[in-house]
Amino acid sequence: MNPMNYIYLSAALFSIGAFGVLFRRNAIVVFMCVELMLNAANLAFVTFARINGTLDGQVVAFFVMVVAAAEVVIGLAIIMSIFATRRSASIDEANLLRS
Amino acid sequence: MMGLPAATQGLFPVPQLEYQNLAPVLIVLVAALLGVLVEAFLPRTARFRAQLVVTFGGLLIALAALFFAGNTDGVIAEGAIAWDGPARFLQGLILVLSFVAFLLFTDRKIDPGRDAFAPRVSAVPGSAEEQSLTEKLVQQTEVYPLALFSVSGMLLFPAANDLLMMFVALEVLSLPLYLLAGMARRRRLLSQEAALKYFLLGAYSSAFFLFGSAMIYGYANSLRFSEIAAATSSQSASEGLLLVGIGLISVGLLFKIGAAPFHEWTPDVYQGAPTVITAFMAATTKVAAFGALVRIFYVAFGPVREQWLPLISVISALTMLVGVIFALTQREMKRMLAYSSIAHAGFLLTGVVALSQKGVGAILFYLVAYGFATIGAFGIVTLVRDGAGEASDLSAWAGLGKRSPGVAALFSLFLLSMAGIPLTAGFPAKFAVFSAASASGASWLVIVGVIASAIAGFFYVRVIVLMFFTDPQDDTTTVAIPSLATAVSLAVCAGVTIVLGVLPQIGLEVADRASLFIR
Repeated sequence: MNPMNYIYLSAALFSIGAFGVLFRRNAIVVFMCVELMLNAANLAFVTFARINGTLDGQVVAFFVMVVAAAEVVIGLAIIMSIFATRRSASIDEANLLRS
Repeated sequence: MMGLPAATQGLFPVPQLEYQNLAPVLIVLVAALLGVLVEAFLPRTARFRAQLVVTFGGLLIALAALFFAGNTDGVIAEGAIAWDGPARFLQGLILVLSFVAFLLFTDRKIDPGRDAFAPRVSAVPGSAEEQSLTEKLVQQTEVYPLALFSVSGMLLFPAANDLLMMFVALEVLSLPLYLLAGMARRRRLLSQEAALKYFLLGAYSSAFFLFGSAMIYGYANSLRFSEIAAATSSQSASEGLLLVGIGLISVGLLFKIGAAPFHEWTPDVYQGAPTVITAFMAATTKVAAFGALVRIFYVAFGPVREQWLPLISVISALTMLVGVIFALTQREMKRMLAYSSIAHAGFLLTGVVALSQKGVGAILFYLVAYGFATIGAFGIVTLVRDGAGEASDLSAWAGLGKRSPGVAALFSLFLLSMAGIPLTAGFPAKFAVFSAASASGASWLVIVGVIASAIAGFFYVRVIVLMFFTDPQDDTTTVAIPSLATAVSLAVCAGVTIVLGVLPQIGLEVADRASLFIR
């Protein structure tokens, strides 16, 4: 199978994530979309590592997993504290900061 | 390689790390980890003093280590980090700016007995838990290690010489800042909202950066900047990957510097975050992010400049105009300063468009002038208060010059420097970036820049007129007496702004000497 197909798949996943961030209203779902984008990048890195025959891309994938895990810790802490205050995780209701 | 079977020795060569050159970053990281241990093991009453020793001691030792690290240019840590003029200059600048900004964190005199941070960030605003903590004057000191972690990422960001190191530094820099933005003692709903917005948009933009890096890796078969540059000049196949990669990486970096059209988060986060945190991140994040942006565009994408230069020029012009025009319409001091910092990102981008060594030197000098004026201005904002905390509405500042002329004069100095008036550091800075841009043939951009500066001058001067020539509307506004640390911080900011304004050649010479990237 042509490995370029995996690049197309990763581009599709990245786009789904990118549009999901723009159109979904729940902070948790938006955050999941960001994670989807990171994993799409991982797939692209690993595929390019296979196509090009170097290991750098696979190493990057491990780093991204660690970074994504750290991001989950920070992100869920922030979303939890907002939820505890407002009883809602909707990003439309977070609208106090306006000019 | 003791303990490993002989067969693996050839497979896994021991990486060669230049600890002497990495020392500043490592020292700040160790200080941050010590700060975490202080939080874990010391009684609450002893933590504040211990954190001060660890934080400021760590920054000073890191500065000393940077000073003694030597200035022979080279690529270190197996090619992952560049050790050159811009990297050293920006690391030094970030350490000094962090030191000055951290002094503002320690203030417990403006709000007697309390600092600017919520006693327990996890406590629900307005709950009984929070009230009892506030009555007991409980203070949290977690901000110091968090801020130090962020500083360590900032030190790596402008020195990163490959895309992986740059991504990791970007995240190490950003993640603590998302938390810090949500830690305000007062107006906690706004602060939490700022943290959420900053986090979601920041994570979104770093995902763009990462996917762009993947495309570049696919194109060049390497993450190293020098090898990406070599690949762009040798092959023409799959140009699409390169262009998509440059575009996505630009989105990630332009978000961090707050350039239009990726600036939407800036006013919200600057307004919602605790003002001392805003002072810290407005100054240092921009310094670190511009270092990274300039390095990647000059070193990695330099050979294909005709592909991205028009786009960055347009973004530069757009950023300047969006910044100054929206700043005109603001009624809130922190939002106005946020839009002014967006405009500064545009002015700095004209130096990037110059694409010359002179342009790099101009950017370095501009970052010094911008950083100190920004910390100073936000530091003054913490002093002007009404019953509910900081008096951030512009009308509360009316007549401030009559009530406390010293504070008003200091604030005017920082505003004049941001406006680029002669005899303040802002003037030679703006002159340097504009002359570098026009020397490289971007005259139309310089004209836009001068027009934007004129509009910017209007809203800065409007605040000064408001302070000195308008009668106060009510008597609720007071100017707090700052602690010694805040006073020292403001004095340093004012001193640098004046000295670099009167004798710019000192700074320009140092910046010029530090302006050569290693490739």
